[in-house]
Amino acid sequence: MLDAMIIGAGPAGLSAAISAAQHGLHVEIVDEYYQPGGRLLGQLHQEPDGEWWNGIEETEKLLEQIESLHITIHCSTSVYDLQKVNKKWVTYTDQGNWESQAVLIATGATESPTPIPGWTLPGVMSIGAAQVLTNVQRIQPGERGVVIGVNVLSFAIARELQLAGVDVAGMLLPPPHLLSKSEGVPQEVLSSLLRFSHLAPSVLMHRGAPFVKGRLAKNLVTAFYPEKGMGVWGIPLQLRRTALEIKGKNQVEGIRVAKVNRKGELRNAITHDIDVDFVCIAGGLSPLAELAAIAGCKFIHEDALGGYVPVHNEKMETAVSGLYVAGNITGIESAKVAISQGTIAGLVIAKSLGARMINGKINEALQEVESRRAAATIQFHPHVISSRESLYKTKKTQ
Amino acid sequence: MNKRIYTHPILENLSTNEEISFSFNSETLSAYKGDTIATALLANQIRTLRYHEESGSPRGIYCNIGHCFECRVTVNDYPGIRACLTLVEEDMVITSGKKLPQPLKHGGEENA
Repeated sequence: MLDAMIIGAGPAGLSAAISAAQHGLHVEIVDEYYQPGGRLLGQLHQEPDGEWWNGIEETEKLLEQIESLHITIHCSTSVYDLQKVNKKWVTYTDQGNWESQAVLIATGATESPTPIPGWTLPGVMSIGAAQVLTNVQRIQPGERGVVIGVNVLSFAIARELQLAGVDVAGMLLPPPHLLSKSEGVPQEVLSSLLRFSHLAPSVLMHRGAPFVKGRLAKNLVTAFYPEKGMGVWGIPLQLRRTALEIKGKNQVEGIRVAKVNRKGELRNAITHDIDVDFVCIAGGLSPLAELAAIAGCKFIHEDALGGYVPVHNEKMETAVSGLYVAGNITGIESAKVAISQGTIAGLVIAKSLGARMINGKINEALQEVESRRAAATIQFHPHVISSRESLYKTKKTQ
Repeated sequence: MNKRIYTHPILENLSTNEEISFSFNSETLSAYKGDTIATALLANQIRTLRYHEESGSPRGIYCNIGHCFECRVTVNDYPGIRACLTLVEEDMVITSGKKLPQPLKHGGEENA
């Protein structure tokens, strides 16, 4: 029997395995993908100091430690159930079952789809799919495409596509409907963009950022936003254009776009078509938490964390004994935060199973999460910190 | 076109790979070792992985990380394999799902 089974070989799962094994635990990792690293692998962006955050190199650093600690990773292994049987956890996979004293679920996130007419055509893909193709698998998603959905993730990946020689003909808003919500409203999108203006070397974005606080200021910035869009790294960022329909017979051939007003409403539906051979849909991320649900966790809905998250505390403990969570399953944040959450989980699991450790080791790891969260280059939601504080307070009083 | 990215301004260059051959819908194709079925086909300019069981509409990859199941193909007679998660192997036989007959729909009228 294992001390701990770790589900997910992304940044959280790998770092948890490392800190647990460093304290003498026998842990193993399962992951559905054919190589470890999770979605850290595809990440590539420039930090404010000019340094590149290269997900492949960061993964290699973690894997070096995994190797030196002799931790086994079972890739291409899908978990389909998780149950406590006779006080032991059983992880059921398509490659057999494993028993363990504790389980860490570090399954990360999933992309929220934004359905648009024509979106089932070959050549339409999620923005994350394009990232994996481009940076990990090294094949272009197409020659010329558009990105539908303007958010921190699509912004970063549009840049990555461009670095790999792909022509990004524009970033557009999704059509206004129930699922796209505020993502189809130029004012809302612009104000969210200004939060990560440091990623975009553009005058208006830098000038706009300090003024974004008030509603009036936000309206002014949107009012002055050029109707035809503006170039960010040479990519037309078109906050006044919405994607109506993806066109093509057997695959993507073009996209029909319409002008919208500042509220995102269609204005007399003046449309035109753009020739593209691929389309990326970026609907944002939400925690991938089904396994926590079948294992008996309670859930709470937090917009700032990306949707439903299993109830947990800052030590990554759920309310279910022996069950832990770390990384994006606890809320959508950067890989750096996920890595330090994993470290906490590994330490807390080790301590719960009687491992000896230096006093204050866990507190140190808790502080690391907080400082990384505060310094995050890519912050997915402005209220992540306050949302986490209130979640952890709720958990304490339960 | 889906071109391979051999050189990159930040990432390391793609090292040339061992070639392997496989078949897709009875056509023999080549790929690099380490390709998934999905990327092997993209490199051969094939985007359609299957046809929808009911509508017959063409489908390709959508999420590329195993979540959406849009890319399912039949591999060596084993159906429901996700092309985005499965590495292509020498002599692998891959076939697309096709539109299925719908004898009970619309009173059984063909193509109604």
